[in-house]
Amino acid sequence: MRTLFLTAAVALVGLALVYVHRIAVGPTVFDRLLGVNAIGTKTTVVLLLTGGVFGRVEMFVDIALGYALLSFIGSLAAARYFERTEHRE
Amino acid sequence: MIVVVGFVLLAGLFFQAVAALGVVRMPDVYTRLHAVSKAETLGVLLTLLAVGLSTGLGLTTVKVGLVTLFVFLANPTATHAITRAALRLGVAPWQRHREAGR
Repeated sequence: MRTLFLTAAVALVGLALVYVHRIAVGPTVFDRLLGVNAIGTKTTVVLLLTGGVFGRVEMFVDIALGYALLSFIGSLAAARYFERTEHRE
Repeated sequence: MIVVVGFVLLAGLFFQAVAALGVVRMPDVYTRLHAVSKAETLGVLLTLLAVGLSTGLGLTTVKVGLVTLFVFLANPTATHAITRAALRLGVAPWQRHREAGR
């Protein structure tokens, strides 16, 4: 079970690098925002899988919940902010 | 138990890989948001379900369920907010004939 969770967490970090590529090249600011939002969601999952690796899910689940809340609020605030500013290329 | 957890985990990883593929390959911001809002949410839900199954039954499972519910509500909301912001700032949607004329 531990090896399974470790493999999945490493695979998810590899998938996060794909979103880093989108953040780096994304033509508009919304592509970058989308990448940041997706990486935030993925980090929540990686935190819980880390809890599974160490056998301490009951500790990591609180951290994951707090991180998910902060990531959601940050993403929403950034979307509202860019909605109200002028679009610069 | 480990077979069930492994299968659900693998399904979640598959859907997240599909979402990542969509983010790389799709032509404009709306289609990329489409990939993230659906495939990514389903993949995250399945992966968290695997973690919840592995802990047995108890308070931890309920908390993992709460995280799952929150992600299920928050991820489409965030992508919808980004989409609305992009639309209001006038990012043009991708069309096939425009691509061919370039």
